[in-house]
Amino acid sequence: MATIFSEKMSLALLQRLVLPFSKGTAGLHTTCTMHEIRKMARLRVVDNSKLGKSAMLEGRPPRCIHVYNKKGVGHTGDKVLVAVKGQMKRAILVGCHQNQKPLMPKFDTNNIVLIDDNGSPLGNRIHVPIPTMLRKKLVEMSRPKGADYTKILAIATRFV
Amino acid sequence: MGVYVARMKVHPYVPVREGEGLQDVKLPEDFCKVYPEFLPDPKPEWRNRMRERLERADMLKRRNVMEIPEFYVGSIMAVTVSDPNASGKLNRFVGICIQRGGTGLRAWFILRNVVDHQGVEILYEMYSPLIQSIDVLRLEKRLDDELLYLRDALPEYSTFSFDMEQEPLPENVEVPVNPIKVQLKPRPWHERWERKNLQGLQDLGLPERFYKRAKLLEKPWEKYDLMLEYRQAISEDEQRDIFREVHPHYQQLESSRRRIKRHRSGIKPKTT
Repeated sequence: MATIFSEKMSLALLQRLVLPFSKGTAGLHTTCTMHEIRKMARLRVVDNSKLGKSAMLEGRPPRCIHVYNKKGVGHTGDKVLVAVKGQMKRAILVGCHQNQKPLMPKFDTNNIVLIDDNGSPLGNRIHVPIPTMLRKKLVEMSRPKGADYTKILAIATRFV
Repeated sequence: MGVYVARMKVHPYVPVREGEGLQDVKLPEDFCKVYPEFLPDPKPEWRNRMRERLERADMLKRRNVMEIPEFYVGSIMAVTVSDPNASGKLNRFVGICIQRGGTGLRAWFILRNVVDHQGVEILYEMYSPLIQSIDVLRLEKRLDDELLYLRDALPEYSTFSFDMEQEPLPENVEVPVNPIKVQLKPRPWHERWERKNLQGLQDLGLPERFYKRAKLLEKPWEKYDLMLEYRQAISEDEQRDIFREVHPHYQQLESSRRRIKRHRSGIKPKTT
């Protein structure tokens, strides 16, 4: 009888202690998970470049350190600066985990393709499917006398 | 100090005046399950009777042009979309329907598939003019209303070949329920699946404290909450009025639904 009473008491105490502070001790308000690509986001390299493969194999995926657009949030097709194995490399986002608009594919991982300053990819094949909208976006991003980002489309195997 | 309460324009339900032999129009039992997007969103702030009527008329016109088959969450479907960036201007995607929602012209569903070891999900709006065709390759239901846990499940449960053929279903057979129990990958997961009362999952294998916490946060009184049930549903009278609007086209809708089923089973109509 005494043990049952003490168990009930402890549960009630626990409820009173835990439930009001279930979100956080400081009463912080957090948003739901947005899965946005910002600085410090870990990304997955999907081309077969040596640098990308070795980074993914050793379990230290590249981290985004800058997003090349006016808002600090990257979307599919945006250029980002990533830190891979101690070096800085540019990359193009080819798939986002964020919820997308209708008809835009949403991937299970945030995929990137490493590129150099001229826009040519470091690897020579992408085994993962790529959204078809990149065909238009990369052409728009490319400059005739500047970087040409459309070489990524040449190494892609499948479009979704 | 008074509290400001925003006054919501909630118009009461006004039944349609009986007339022109509309009394013998009976609401079919499966109307809400097969055509759920014809029913409006029950939230009273978002209701607009005129907009709903116009949308239903547009939905029926669109269904005249493109057949939208009967499907449920768990059915495997193939959707062809017109895409200016795709080769051949058409883009076909095959996947399992993991979620379905929206009402009226904004009705949508999400297809999921694992392509080249990469999970892909696409949201399609059913009445979008960009959609060229929707085919149901396997018509079946699952034990849950939403299969969002497939994102945390092993990839084999979401993999479907793009060359999958239509699987026949005999006529006058109820839609089969697939009793499969899915195995999840090790944690971390996207959501706390132990709190969602899902039937289609294998034993999660979590420590006892997870289930204790889930039990604490349970709301077992909700199944007795009549007002909640009232607020989340459209009344039968309203459903009957909606069906009366759809009734002139219902014969055509049902015949195309049967025709799609017959095509899938390979049975040709008798020509006498």
